[in-house]
Amino acid sequence: MAAHYTVTTRTTASQIAAAAALVLLAVAVAVPFIASRSLIQDLFFILTMLTLAQFWNLLAGYGGLVSVGQQAFVGFGAYMLFGGAILWGVNPVAGLLLAGVAALVLAIPTAFFAFRLQGAYFAIGTWVVAEVVRLSVAQWKAVGGGTGTSLPRDARDAMWGAGWIEGAFDVRASEARDILTYWLALALAVATIGGIYWFLRTKRGLALAALRDNVGAARSVGVDSERMKWVVFLVAAFGTGIAGGLIFLQNGRISPDSAFSVIDWTAFVIFIVVIGGIGTIEGPILGVLVFFALQTLLADYGAWYLMVLGALGIAVMLFAPGGLWGLLSGRTGVQLFPIQRRLNRHD
Amino acid sequence: MSPILSLHDVSKSFGALTVTDGVTFDVPEGQALGIIGPNGAGKSTLFNLITGGLSPDAGRIEYDGRDVTRVPPMQRCLSGIGRSFQIPQPFDRLTVFENLLVAATHGRGLPERAVEADCAEVLERTELIHVANRPAGGLTLLQRKRLELARAMATRPKLLLLDEIAGGLTEGECVALVDTIRRVHAEGVTIVWIEHVLHALNSVVERLLVLDFGRVIGIGEPAEIMASKEVREIYLGIEV
Repeated sequence: MAAHYTVTTRTTASQIAAAAALVLLAVAVAVPFIASRSLIQDLFFILTMLTLAQFWNLLAGYGGLVSVGQQAFVGFGAYMLFGGAILWGVNPVAGLLLAGVAALVLAIPTAFFAFRLQGAYFAIGTWVVAEVVRLSVAQWKAVGGGTGTSLPRDARDAMWGAGWIEGAFDVRASEARDILTYWLALALAVATIGGIYWFLRTKRGLALAALRDNVGAARSVGVDSERMKWVVFLVAAFGTGIAGGLIFLQNGRISPDSAFSVIDWTAFVIFIVVIGGIGTIEGPILGVLVFFALQTLLADYGAWYLMVLGALGIAVMLFAPGGLWGLLSGRTGVQLFPIQRRLNRHD
Repeated sequence: MSPILSLHDVSKSFGALTVTDGVTFDVPEGQALGIIGPNGAGKSTLFNLITGGLSPDAGRIEYDGRDVTRVPPMQRCLSGIGRSFQIPQPFDRLTVFENLLVAATHGRGLPERAVEADCAEVLERTELIHVANRPAGGLTLLQRKRLELARAMATRPKLLLLDEIAGGLTEGECVALVDTIRRVHAEGVTIVWIEHVLHALNSVVERLLVLDFGRVIGIGEPAEIMASKEVREIYLGIEV
């Protein structure tokens, strides 16, 4: 009798991981009930950096688009949120969507320009775009020009849900806003990871992984590499824009230098992805935890902190190009977010 | 039979170097054509012109009755042109099975569910089924060559282009691979095959084309071509 086959993606480790993730998510949602304000702020930082890292990983790790200009979308998104609140009275929570859409719109001409460039030229091209956007935004007087501005008090007070949190938790308004932005960051990170995981399990996700491994071969079997690059670039811009809006909404203050910082929104993000493991979903998760731990440990050492990060990044690239997650899963074969389609034979 | 592929006076130059020089030939549907010629004769360039990786400077390429001279590679694949690469180009971090899934879903425009069984069948026929779940980056050379063949077949091509697929294999490996190719051809797939391993080539193809300095210098029955004075001089380097 002829053998027949079935295809599965789940593994035992992934089922345990899925159960653990649900527990972790429940704990994360409940954190504001028990945790201190500084812990909530730390977690907010971790979650937003994780979101940025996931999108950069989608771009560079899967799409082969090594952008060093993602700060353009962080900054532009954040500025549109502030501009929307100041000029048109858009509720800052709704402004997050505006931030995402604005970044998406900015990404269209950026892609037209940058997709004409390859490799290192693409990287530099995206950086140039980010600088152009920074300099342009610095001319925008309504949001403070070169010195920046704060989110107006009435806009802060109007944030959906903040009033309810203030009453329910019996906390001050500023603390209530921290809790709200924390929950939003949690929702964004979960949606990002979930969305990317879902996408990678579709046939287009499979094609994206094929493009990552070999562009020429992927094209020869019918993969539309151009369209794929566009999809990945626009989706990453949208998500990065929302994350940017959220980061500065929590901050309450914005300036061109902070919003378009290549160190904060691209260099650190690259570090997280590279050290954790590029081209995997697990990599950035591990990477952001390592990054946060290093930042906390080395907080008192000034410039040494950056040098240690740089040296560590180079060491990982040289000796473990798959990152820490690559080392771990290479040894054990563990996949927390399995996308591998396994063919099982039944006689 | 009507030709599935015809080239009319196709030329391509890189700067001053003419790599393809007024090439004209037909491949009837269901036939296997072998292409031979010394290194640098322009064989791989010819393949890239047929698959669309390169555009010719002059001439016309027809496939399945349509002019495809300017059609991008992706559409050519969808319309049934499959190829293998001279140096195997697997998707390293995907498994062997996933390598085929990419080709089958995108090369035929079908959802995964619809092609899974078909991919498994191609893996059986190309004797890769026992390594189906292994990352392609860890395969042996013969397995990589088989994967090239299998991945091209997963697109269900009407025309299969093989680029030196037997190169670098041991005698035993070569025999096994040729056996598989012969079976594929027997199922009705048209094959155009570039190869230096002549006995492998001649055991499958019905016609042989000789390329030298980008020009077709002979086309016909393998025995006849191998015996011709021109071919022996130019290709085999034998003074006659």
